[in-house]
Amino acid sequence: MPVKEVLTKNITAPGLFELKTYERLGGYLALRKALKEMTPDQVSEEVKKSQLRGRGGAAFPTAQKWSFLPKGVFPRYLVCNADESEPGAFKDRYLMEHSPHQMIEGIILSAYAIQAHMAFAYVRGEYLEAREVLERAVEEARAAGYIGNDILGSGFNLDLLVHGGAGAYICGEETALLTSLEGYRGEPRLKPPFYPTSKGLYGQPTVVNNVETLSAIPHIVLNGGDWWASIGPPTAKGPRLICVSGHVERPGNYEIVMGDTTVRELIYDLCGGVWKGRNLKAYQPGGGSMQVLTKQHLDLGLDFDSMQKAGSSLGAGALVVMDETVCMVDVSMRLVDFYHHESCGKCTPCREGTYWMSQVLHRLEAGEGRDDDVALLQSISKTIDGRSFCFLGDTATWFLVSAIKYFPEEFAAHAAGRTCSAEPLRIPA
Amino acid sequence: MALSEATVERIRQLKQRYPSPRSAILPALWAVQHEQGYITPEGMAAVAEHLEMEASIVEATASFYSMFLQKPAGAHQVVVCTNVSCALRGSAEIVTAFEEALGVRAGETTPDRLVTFQTTVECLGGCGGAPALQVDHRFRENMTPDKARALAAELRAVPTPH
Repeated sequence: MPVKEVLTKNITAPGLFELKTYERLGGYLALRKALKEMTPDQVSEEVKKSQLRGRGGAAFPTAQKWSFLPKGVFPRYLVCNADESEPGAFKDRYLMEHSPHQMIEGIILSAYAIQAHMAFAYVRGEYLEAREVLERAVEEARAAGYIGNDILGSGFNLDLLVHGGAGAYICGEETALLTSLEGYRGEPRLKPPFYPTSKGLYGQPTVVNNVETLSAIPHIVLNGGDWWASIGPPTAKGPRLICVSGHVERPGNYEIVMGDTTVRELIYDLCGGVWKGRNLKAYQPGGGSMQVLTKQHLDLGLDFDSMQKAGSSLGAGALVVMDETVCMVDVSMRLVDFYHHESCGKCTPCREGTYWMSQVLHRLEAGEGRDDDVALLQSISKTIDGRSFCFLGDTATWFLVSAIKYFPEEFAAHAAGRTCSAEPLRIPA
Repeated sequence: MALSEATVERIRQLKQRYPSPRSAILPALWAVQHEQGYITPEGMAAVAEHLEMEASIVEATASFYSMFLQKPAGAHQVVVCTNVSCALRGSAEIVTAFEEALGVRAGETTPDRLVTFQTTVECLGGCGGAPALQVDHRFRENMTPDKARALAAELRAVPTPH
């Protein structure tokens, strides 16, 4: 059975966003257990045993990230990255709007494990509804004594602040998020240090974890790390939410066992297949940033390694499905326009490169392409990828380059001025 | 436009809430926009005054974020997502339906100042219910041209400022 509902087990329960309902369904038992029976290191140890890898996109082992914190340096901060903005991703919004206390409990447990006394949840500006739900839930948790001083008589103190962004995709990048949280323009920071664990928020040791990652922590603490590690293949432990959107009959969030579930099962069994009885042309396994795959990749397992071997990535867990009527030049143009719009402008390859690619793609889409335009796009991509200040620039090229690889004839036709027979998605600029 | 006493008090509280007053800039700007509808140079100066910093610092930060409006918007704001997942499921038809029903193009406000209509290239996160939009920051999903026309009529019939 590919579906494994853990984080979403009670998510349709009416009123789950309220403390009393969450508690009635077993909420905050993990926190009670940890604060009464476990030391901070024992909580970290369970997370280590679970082999949980971050659900934000980079899939970094969570316990290992925590272990990078320098010993004895305080204050230190925990920041929940709730700036979900990857095109095609909507799982964190789902978790926050329906089960805010699960995430809050995960934040308190994680803060206890790393001994942070101040935590932030940075919620993207567009998610006002999620932010309001969270703010109410935090106040409920505070009134119940789960947040504040001497939590449940343990002596552990924690303050939690919900912070709203204001419309900037780049702030999902963790160093840009921290810069934004400090009140600056949300530009990414120079690496190294590669992780803000040594120097993060206000220059202090900081752990940044994703909403889904933190929402998993109560289940790991309550049921044990070994239990979590018993689910899924060796390098992709635990259930994971996959957001499916685009041309399927039933888009939505699906919590699955990674690896055990193939893309074909997800699209054809769980999501009811490609809509309107059409055939699949392509899909992106990890959201707008990730390389496109095709129908030859339908039997891949949904896990980090399988996707990487196929030349793409599970990324933020956002699967975007495209049927046979879609033109790859059109989609490339739309995605590159997005990255051009969201480039923070700090570094030249990304700022100028995305602008240039956008210009070329617009003329190709309009049937006014030139013979060497495809080669030009490949050349610009090479100048951006690996040469940008942060991943935004790199990822701006990935869909385009992979689309040219798998669908060269479509780009060639556009370059020859013939365009294609596909109905354009026709979105005003 | 002077800020209300309540908003000033809110900004002062925010200043105390964060380890650094500078972190209060974004929430303070949200408070100002909530009261005044958009962010003026005077609004930024007021934020700077109450956070006890130079106005240029607030301006430098504010100009980076696309959700801080620099000019007055209508009483209601409609934002249609046009990123890939919504585009694949017909956001173009939703855009057309609004443009025809409201008589304005994306980025414009109706002459009666009731509705500002926008499209966004940044994915709104409503992909599971695409095509999606937000009206006054609230999601509406699984939109159709008919639902768009009905929403346009509804917004112009009930002129409730946000």
